[in-house]
Amino acid sequence: MNFKFDADTMNGIIHACSAIGAGLAVIAGIGPGIGQGIAAGYAASAAGRNPGAKSDITSTMLLGQAVAETTGLYGLLVAMLLMFVKPLDM
Amino acid sequence: MGELWKALNGHDPDFFIKNLFEYELFGQKLHITTAHVCVLLVMLVIVIFAICAGRAIRKAAVTDTPTPFQNFVELIVEMLNKMVTGVMGGSAKNFVNYISTIFIFILISNISGLFGLRPPTAYYGVTLPLGLISFCMIFYNKIKHQKVSGFLKGLCEPWVFWAPINIIGDIAVPISMSLRLFANVLSGTVMMALIYSLLPVFVKIGIPSVLHIYFDLFSGAIQTYVFCMLTMTYVTDAIGEEG
Repeated sequence: MNFKFDADTMNGIIHACSAIGAGLAVIAGIGPGIGQGIAAGYAASAAGRNPGAKSDITSTMLLGQAVAETTGLYGLLVAMLLMFVKPLDM
Repeated sequence: MGELWKALNGHDPDFFIKNLFEYELFGQKLHITTAHVCVLLVMLVIVIFAICAGRAIRKAAVTDTPTPFQNFVELIVEMLNKMVTGVMGGSAKNFVNYISTIFIFILISNISGLFGLRPPTAYYGVTLPLGLISFCMIFYNKIKHQKVSGFLKGLCEPWVFWAPINIIGDIAVPISMSLRLFANVLSGTVMMALIYSLLPVFVKIGIPSVLHIYFDLFSGAIQTYVFCMLTMTYVTDAIGEEG
């Protein structure tokens, strides 16, 4: 088998695969979604048990959620790099 | 039909950093981009506000009733003092100036998207130095308060062979802090640009304001709080018990 793509076809394939890869990278959003949901659920139950501490609970929850979000954002960054910076272009 | 659709839909998504001015320094091509201009505009706003605030406070006498502007400035300062003291306790007075400065800078940067600027914090060249300054503060305070021996002992915490992992964990701090801020603001900017390019002209009035509230105000304020909070937590951790 001696088969070779020309440059245009190769670039097209790279772009298509970059788009697929970007889509796959954004799947990283599942993890933070679950994590933030769990944090919010426990915060709600804590606020229900102790309504006086609601503002403290809210700020702690938001801080934890924002930190948990980081992994999802890494996936987003990879997707953006693949879509707009195109590091694999020839 | 296609032409009409294009005219109604406006333009392609527009969230890239644009080159405004090009110059050469030591044989290297450098660019002045929209990111620089936006940082300068944000700094200009903060500097003008600071000058006005300083003048108002200096002019204020104890016997006068405070003007609304003076009340506003005192409110900000009190809020920031309370936030820093709540986390750092006794050592708060050494850090309250720096933390307040980055808080105001990041907050104004994040919400500058409301005024049509491209938020400077959506540019990695702005957030990485902020992370590195925090890293230097953490490192300096660790050496200062725990001495070199305590620092080395903390590095080999559970076991001597854990040291490489601890070093990687220390180095990851500024990278993760800067990337978190950068990616959050960038995602908001990109989402807003995509939405603006998707919506037809007659829907562009009013509808995106809801999204602006979330992406610019809410997310920006939360990320500002998180960045300052993490810096303070790490520094407090570095100072240790005696602080």
